[in-house]
Amino acid sequence: MANERGDAAFVAFEHVQKSYDGETLVVKDLNLNIGKGEFLTMLGPSGSGKTTCLMMLAGFETATHGEIRLAGRPINSVPPHKRGIGMVFQNYALFPHMTVGENLAFPLEVRKMSKSEIESKVKRALDMVQMGAFAGRRPAQMSGGQQQRIALARALVFEPELVLMDEPLGALDKQLREHMQFEIKHLHERLGVTVVYVTHDQSEALTMSDRVAVFNDGRIQQLAPPEDLYERPTNSFVAQFIGENNTLPGSVEAISGDRCTVKLTDGSVIDALPVNVSKPGDRTLVSIRPERVEFRDDRMPADTHKLEAEVLEFIYMGDSFRTRLRVAGNDNFIMKCRNAVDQRRLNAGEKVVIGWNVADCRALDAA
Amino acid sequence: MALPPYATTGQRVWFWTFRAICVAIIFFLIMPILVVIPLSFNAQNFFTFTPEMLRFEPGAYSLRHYQDFFTNPDWQAALWNSVRIAPVATLVAVVLGTLAAVGLSQSHVPFRGTIMAILISPMIVPLIISAAGMYFFYSRLGLQGSYWGVVLAHAVLGIPFVIITVTATLVGFDKSLVRAAANMGAGPVRTFFKVQMPLILPGVISGALFAFITSFDEVVVVLFVGSASQKTLPWQMFIGLREQISPTILAVATILVAISVALLTTLELLRRRSEKLRGMSPG
Repeated sequence: MANERGDAAFVAFEHVQKSYDGETLVVKDLNLNIGKGEFLTMLGPSGSGKTTCLMMLAGFETATHGEIRLAGRPINSVPPHKRGIGMVFQNYALFPHMTVGENLAFPLEVRKMSKSEIESKVKRALDMVQMGAFAGRRPAQMSGGQQQRIALARALVFEPELVLMDEPLGALDKQLREHMQFEIKHLHERLGVTVVYVTHDQSEALTMSDRVAVFNDGRIQQLAPPEDLYERPTNSFVAQFIGENNTLPGSVEAISGDRCTVKLTDGSVIDALPVNVSKPGDRTLVSIRPERVEFRDDRMPADTHKLEAEVLEFIYMGDSFRTRLRVAGNDNFIMKCRNAVDQRRLNAGEKVVIGWNVADCRALDAA
Repeated sequence: MALPPYATTGQRVWFWTFRAICVAIIFFLIMPILVVIPLSFNAQNFFTFTPEMLRFEPGAYSLRHYQDFFTNPDWQAALWNSVRIAPVATLVAVVLGTLAAVGLSQSHVPFRGTIMAILISPMIVPLIISAAGMYFFYSRLGLQGSYWGVVLAHAVLGIPFVIITVTATLVGFDKSLVRAAANMGAGPVRTFFKVQMPLILPGVISGALFAFITSFDEVVVVLFVGSASQKTLPWQMFIGLREQISPTILAVATILVAISVALLTTLELLRRRSEKLRGMSPG
């Protein structure tokens, strides 16, 4: 799975920079190693440089500085059509004047395969995405989801070792998107192909990836497996970007080992895990996930500071309850409780005491 | 586009004036062309309707002018010249114009606007000026009065049409298709012929037809650049009109109109077919 050793990396970005206008860097000093067979997702808001990185890997953009290697070979000066990388485009990019079968045969014809070989490979690829009956159709005669499968089959039909996917599910509706996420994930597991996937949808990134690289402002903010990314974000951008997050600004009072006390802006004091703070006096944003906030005495850890909170709004969401609280001057503090049999519903105006495990409460940079 | 019940007097007046103007425009555009057709069947050597023709007497109509066209060696030589020049000029215009349009559609090409303006200029500059310029220029190169001189001159006139029509189809062309082709291992040449060309073909064909008609109907430039041995149909018509007022011209005109209509119809049918292929309209 995750592979951090540079020497064994299948795809390597080394000090890669990209600038379109010669002044502003869209990608700033990118270093990234992708292991063979890994499913790596580049996640980030638009303009964060993730698509540019993918395009540089595909060869449609050239790196202004730095080196990109594929299977140990530098590919900076290899044209796109000689890289042998499969790609699924955002708008599918199926050839409208060809049938599905002809679309899939295209990369095989380029490789000068025999007719019978092409036929069997096309058939196998179509069966793989359960579109075997569609070989004679034209792209315009199919739905978005079907076109998506064909695009996927076409990117895989010539058996590339690396497949790039540029927000391939962006145009599909939610249900189909979730279904396709699993399908792509299963294909990846079955074929063992290396996938670099670009998306701005974090749930997609978390569901599918071995590792996720969170991009912002032309840099990788954090590169980690989904679980680490969600539970152990290393800076406040990642904490905010991945999932729902409560933040409380304050400054560090004292640090000892894996525990620090933070004085919030309203004067109250809490305990937190020091992540991005180093010494007392540092300004910090304390980050805590809504589902890790507790208000029942029996579930709260004993030896930590607690906070007073006022219930502002109670929202019933079916499987869970969302309670909006005022905590330390923050009116948007969310607490999420599972809709369990014994769960108590809170009413607006009620005063409660909330707390959490110190490990779930991370003192991050104040950016 | 019926008149809504709440229309004001002004709107009613405009509603009918607008239609009157439209009818007048169509009348003045089409009538001079249509009137030639019955006249070309005149049994007499006149450019006007004879009283017998107006009475629809069968004897007043004949095919003698058509017969003259197909037997007279002057007309046959002119037809042969036109048929020899127009397709070759079209081919040159299509190849160069398509390449220019594809090149100019790429955003990294510098001075695209200027280059485009220069290539389009033969369409804007008065023909007589282009013709005079070509005359002097081709004389220096030894092309004046030669077959290839006329072909080249007509190709230059046809290129703007090809550039404009191909550029128009390229606007709707999805550039990620080119990337997809490259990604699957196709080199630039293969990508052009297998992916780009089939999709911009309607533009190429309509450009070709315009270029063909331009060459086939052109008289000014050929008068300057050509010599007697490149006498084309329009040139022969011009002479015919000036020197020997023969209604054979009307027969030729009718044939040319028929050819133009046939070409444009073909074009439209091709366009619809390709749209169907591309799935732009329900197949």
